[in-house]
Amino acid sequence: MDRRRFLGALATAGAGTLAGCRRSGGPPLPPGELRGTALEVGHLLRDARLAEAVETRKVAVLIVGAGVGGLSAAWKLARSGFSDFLIVDLEDEAGGNSRAGRNAVSAYPWGAHYLPLPTREATAVRELLAELGVLEGDPRAARPVYDERYLCATPQERLYLNGRWQEGLLPQAGVDRAAREQIRRFAELVDDFRHRRDASGRRAFALPMDLSSRDAALLALDRVSMRDWLLSLGLDLPQLHWYVNHACRDDYGADSATVSAWAGIHYFACRDGEAANAAGETVLTAPEGNAWLVRGMLESIRARAGDRLLTGALAHRVLAGETRSSAHPVAVDLWLPTERRTLRVLTAQLIWAAPVFLVPRIFAGRADLQAAARGFTYAPWLIANLTLSRLPVDRAGAPPAWDNVLHDSAGLGYVIATHQAMRLRSTDSVWTWYRALDSVSPQEGRAVLRDTPREVWAEEILADLERPHPDIRQVTTRLDVYRNGHAMVRPLPGLIWGDARQRLAGEGGDVLFAHADLSGFSLFEEAQYRGVLAAERTLRRLGVRHPTSLR
Amino acid sequence: MKHALLFSVFVVASCGLAYELIAGALASYLLGDSVTQFSTVIGAYLFAMGIGSWLSRYVESRLVERFIQVELLVGVLGGFSAAGLFFLFTWSSAPFRVALYLAVCAIGVLVGLEIPLIMRILRQDLVFKDLVSQVLTFDYLGALAVSILFPVLLVPHLGLMRSALLFGLLNVAVALWAWWLFRAQLARGGLLRVQGLIALFALLGAFAAAGVLTSLAEVHLYTDEIVHAETSPYQRIVVTRWKDDLRLHLNNNLQFSSRDEYRYHEALVHPGLSALPRARRVLVLGGGDGLALREILKYPQVDSVVLVDLDPAMTRLFATAPPLRRLNGDALRSPRVTVVNDDALQWLERNDELFDFVVVDFPDPSNFAIGKLYSSAFYRLLEKHLAGDALAVIQSTSPLYARQAFWCIVTTIESVGLIATPYHALVPSFGEWGFVLAGRRPYHPPQAFAVDTRFLTAETAEAMFDFPKDMTRVEAEVNRLNNQVLVRYFEQEWRQVIR
Repeated sequence: MDRRRFLGALATAGAGTLAGCRRSGGPPLPPGELRGTALEVGHLLRDARLAEAVETRKVAVLIVGAGVGGLSAAWKLARSGFSDFLIVDLEDEAGGNSRAGRNAVSAYPWGAHYLPLPTREATAVRELLAELGVLEGDPRAARPVYDERYLCATPQERLYLNGRWQEGLLPQAGVDRAAREQIRRFAELVDDFRHRRDASGRRAFALPMDLSSRDAALLALDRVSMRDWLLSLGLDLPQLHWYVNHACRDDYGADSATVSAWAGIHYFACRDGEAANAAGETVLTAPEGNAWLVRGMLESIRARAGDRLLTGALAHRVLAGETRSSAHPVAVDLWLPTERRTLRVLTAQLIWAAPVFLVPRIFAGRADLQAAARGFTYAPWLIANLTLSRLPVDRAGAPPAWDNVLHDSAGLGYVIATHQAMRLRSTDSVWTWYRALDSVSPQEGRAVLRDTPREVWAEEILADLERPHPDIRQVTTRLDVYRNGHAMVRPLPGLIWGDARQRLAGEGGDVLFAHADLSGFSLFEEAQYRGVLAAERTLRRLGVRHPTSLR
Repeated sequence: MKHALLFSVFVVASCGLAYELIAGALASYLLGDSVTQFSTVIGAYLFAMGIGSWLSRYVESRLVERFIQVELLVGVLGGFSAAGLFFLFTWSSAPFRVALYLAVCAIGVLVGLEIPLIMRILRQDLVFKDLVSQVLTFDYLGALAVSILFPVLLVPHLGLMRSALLFGLLNVAVALWAWWLFRAQLARGGLLRVQGLIALFALLGAFAAAGVLTSLAEVHLYTDEIVHAETSPYQRIVVTRWKDDLRLHLNNNLQFSSRDEYRYHEALVHPGLSALPRARRVLVLGGGDGLALREILKYPQVDSVVLVDLDPAMTRLFATAPPLRRLNGDALRSPRVTVVNDDALQWLERNDELFDFVVVDFPDPSNFAIGKLYSSAFYRLLEKHLAGDALAVIQSTSPLYARQAFWCIVTTIESVGLIATPYHALVPSFGEWGFVLAGRRPYHPPQAFAVDTRFLTAETAEAMFDFPKDMTRVEAEVNRLNNQVLVRYFEQEWRQVIR
């Protein structure tokens, strides 16, 4: 346990006592609710025996999971003129990690909140953006024009360090000539990886990652941690390590000592998308985070294939090859909590677009899949949305940005939902505050999530934000907290280019897997790629002619 | 006794360093160039301390009494140093420098006297090597404490004025404490006590009133008589008068002078509106002072004008204050005018009304929030509100002082498919000022102005569309929400002008 981890653990432990000893006289904590993924229903999988099915339905393709992966599979099926499918999800709303909330002030994200400008090889992402009208003109152009309402407004990010806000996230304080040299070397390394291609023309680090080079020298980077890789090159600058560590926590929910160097480098080197009307590092975003992409896919699916979504349905058992119907060899039992009964769906093709950690409990009798699934670990996350009656006082330095990061914080900072709004003065706003529980093991993190009341989180979040915004308690009218115990897969060394992931990603036949987990990290582009890939394999198996979206 | 005096060394040393830091910070804050200010302030201060130490040899008797007097003087001088210097600066910056160094030297001399006096008082209780070691240890410790507290706690939470008063109070407290400890030995103890209490209450009173003092100082920033001052949720509105010249300041920036505002507002309105003989519906964005309205209402064919200004305090002031109503011809109360207090961006997004002429009179693009009002996204939104052959006119900062910023606005308007026609006029209060007409068809200046003007004639108006060599077009990027280049151009260029 190094010092940082120790402090993180201490903060977690300390949070429990804070609520009790808060000095009286300050403003009371703002109201709000504590939400979470459908915990109670989900835990049925672990704890209960569910009733046998009384009703049976047949469908050619069943998609389990209505997150970005499942919706992308359905989107591709519907675009290919195929409509004999059903998408099910245990939550009462589609979207997975890209869901959003809305109140009188603004829409706001409950998870993923941006999409980088798509790379050349992210052809399916470009196809979707073109359909939604956000990418204008030829979707395959090197530098397409994007709808400026979705291009993140300037300033994009700032960092609170030593009592001041600075522009950008790389800490500027104390960067001398030797430090600049290290930063330059790191930038050169990243730049080299960004442009490197192997003998067969594949990028060293592509997005989707499936299109990356398989050169042994590159894959070897998946066997060391990001931190150790930097140190092995003599890169030991604390500011650089802070920056890289922040990127790992922000994108993978785990620190740079925990994630693989391949994944860490991928974050920096894979994004080379360009726009005719924005700089390359600009991201696409909206007040509701990535929920606009989900809404766009849902509308596209509904327009082409009708209502194909069944929410509030828990897939709790998959029986492959055991049904008597040869046309529909896979049986999936769905528990409908509101009706308190089980529905059995017989299908020709199952697309499993729910997280892989559920596989061991659900795929009875498939020891091979169960073993592979056990190699996946997940980061627990905490997300809070703060509704503000007016903008709080701000410490000196750079003006408010879309992404506002605090240097010495267990949290990852906050995103301003109203940043993209076409309005001059921000009177009220919604801020989304993020924290990956990366200072303890995922199991411990989930226990903390399960046991900590909202008031303790609210106190911790307000204390965190109070440093740059002394009157945050006076202006916060509501503070809702969302717990996500298995928010994202963690790309630990060996996961990405190890056997377990490749085993599930390569699974064929009547059960296909389609989830960002199959790529080893939780990115929109990866989830969509896995979904579209599964849909195209399905269409091929069923003999439906279709153009590919993946080349 | 010994420990008490050593503790007072600690306090005295911290106060000494504090005054030095306060003077340096105040000078950097008001005069800029912090390296020069800090170097010269610290140099002068240390030199003055040397003089004080040297002068201490002339203090031959009644050491404790002298020490108490020095403490009281330091407390009062140092305590009021920041407030006094601030007031002096708002009155005039020329004697400020002289007063700054006088104050620094005076405080320095007094602080220089302190330690030698204490050492001599303590001489009876300690051997020389212990005396030097202990006194200097506490001296440096005090300096360390303040050097840490000053940037971390004092300046952010108390500000310079209150910090100085706080240290003044500490000096006076040391004096009163010394008076209490040595009261048996003091010959004129009563007088010292009275002086001490007066200093204490003066500093306490000033500390309590520091908020009022700050705004009083601000009043003195304006040399003219203040007719009206209020702080709305959006801005600080100050109207001043000097003889017949009314001036509006928003957040300390001059918005107009009644001496020449007609030049600005005639140039803003008439080249566009006189070219549109059938214009009936007009929109004004910004311009809550009603002065552009006054020019627009000169056209009888204009049926209705909608004015969208964010700040109700502005439109209320200019609709009610008699001298301001005289200035805008009571335009805000005209039955043809509808005043909407709303965010112009949001109002444009929510409404789909079309207009024949639009006046865009926003503040200069000095920050990212206002920069949005000059972006391609804004002009795209504006374009949706233009009727078929409508025109919009956009105040576009100075093509002379902020040349690239001006042409950036032109480039941005062109980037959304509108035809931009730039022009300029001289407004003495501002200098050479720029405007851009935007429409779907090429613009032709009117043959004559149909309404009464004080500044414009059709003949002279032609020259407005001509750009002399020092204002001709320069390359500029399109100002987009995702790059905000205009704010950067504007900042860079005005920084060159105001030095």
